[in-house]
Amino acid sequence: MLDPYVESVLIFTGINIVLALSLYLPVSAGLLSLGQGGFMAIGAYTAAYLTTELQWPFVVALLGGGLMAGFVGLVVGLPSLRIKGIYLVIMTLGFGEIVRVFFLNFEPTGAASGLGGIPTYTTLPVVTVAVLLTLFLCFQIRGSRIGRAIEAVREDELAAEVIGINLTYVKVAVFGLGAAIAGVGGGLYAHYATFIDPAQFGFQRSAEIFIMVVLGGMGNFAGATLGAIVVTILPELLRLGDAQEWRMTMFGALLVAIMIVRPWGLLGTRR
Amino acid sequence: MTTNGTPLLETRGLTRRFDGYSAVADMNLKIERGSIHALIGPNGAGKTTMFNLITGVLPPSAGRIFVDGVEFSGSRPDRIARLGVVRTFQGVRLFSTMTALENVEVGRFCRTRGGFLAALARVPFVATRTEVATRKRAEELLERVGLSKQRDMLAGELALADQRRLEVARALAVEPKLLLLDEPVAGMNPVEVHEAGELFKALCREGTTILITEHHMSLVMAISSHITVMNYGRKIAEGSPEQIKRDPEVMTAYLGTEAAA
Repeated sequence: MLDPYVESVLIFTGINIVLALSLYLPVSAGLLSLGQGGFMAIGAYTAAYLTTELQWPFVVALLGGGLMAGFVGLVVGLPSLRIKGIYLVIMTLGFGEIVRVFFLNFEPTGAASGLGGIPTYTTLPVVTVAVLLTLFLCFQIRGSRIGRAIEAVREDELAAEVIGINLTYVKVAVFGLGAAIAGVGGGLYAHYATFIDPAQFGFQRSAEIFIMVVLGGMGNFAGATLGAIVVTILPELLRLGDAQEWRMTMFGALLVAIMIVRPWGLLGTRR
Repeated sequence: MTTNGTPLLETRGLTRRFDGYSAVADMNLKIERGSIHALIGPNGAGKTTMFNLITGVLPPSAGRIFVDGVEFSGSRPDRIARLGVVRTFQGVRLFSTMTALENVEVGRFCRTRGGFLAALARVPFVATRTEVATRKRAEELLERVGLSKQRDMLAGELALADQRRLEVARALAVEPKLLLLDEPVAGMNPVEVHEAGELFKALCREGTTILITEHHMSLVMAISSHITVMNYGRKIAEGSPEQIKRDPEVMTAYLGTEAAA
């Protein structure tokens, strides 16, 4: 049997890969989001409610959480047509806070005291399948007609529009799809953590997902995957040393060092 | 082809105001099928604003635009492209991290089908029939503009003249009825200018109507059948190249009043 500690690190790595890919999709169309934690919360709460209160099968509940987050993502994605760059980052940040405060006050899912007693359905095989499916999804989109249009929109919106690409469709669709995947990631997380409360899905979570994608290299799903692996495993490796209390300081310093040496990300392409 | 007298593109009283001044004022323009129509005028005359209005990049303040007799004023740029009105940009706008071939392939977007579900359903590593056709067409168009050798180079790494050629190929991929070229030979050497002129004439013979703005007067005079001259947002003259050359008001606009006097 696998050591329980190693298994838990692997499961968190898998969940983080799904979350990083959920941000990679909008980023591949040039849409930066600091609100993925919010979509994750929607998926986590929805899926957990469905399995604990309504006894739905796990896979159906996961998809339910993804759909709910995806639907909210479509609505939040609409303003992204007019709001660009850093302003979109701030808008999504605000959205993430709204979601957190919503669940802080939403009685049916436990409000501030959180939602507990969630069954441990998320196992290593489940996470592995989820990661492979998400990677497959990104791979299939990338090499397709729609994938080329997404890249074109990221490179030059105006040029893409005047050759007949519907910006609304492309942007809202990738934003919604990314939100749906973040929702599935949230469902996976909830069924491993077994207890969720709004604080777990705050700004820090969104920022962590953001770091994974930037570190790995934007516009490249292999990069997002590697970024998630590094951000999850590096702090664990640092436990091996003596100075435990300096662990996260070391982690931060390493992130700074990586961004100085490779500002375009570990697997990104230099521009 | 039926020539029922309706121009391919018509603008009536087209006006665009920015903070009280009119970049384009009351422009009436008719572009006949199968012609190369030049829109000339000094810098700031409103030529690029006209392009922006026609392609839907800017909404007009007043006036109407018709394609094939059907009004589409205020429509979105991608809808206008789908109708067959496609442009290039004065300051070349390519997708610079994509290869030359991919740039042209993107141009096929609105003439092909298949969204996210089609992308998911395809067999990995095997090109679908649509993809094969897209690639073939893109390769033909690169050949057409003389960029076959550069097909796998990143668009951002091409020489300026090649970037302009690539932008034309990308526009052609959309199958335009009307191709709008915004200063397509700026920065080219005389040989390249001549080649570009030959390409535009050939495209026109094959049925693509062209509206061109250009400061390179000998090219304009050599290839266009109609010329419209703008100054301060207004039309000041219109006619064949011979008529325009003799027009005193055009001389004034280009050379200033003292020179004309």
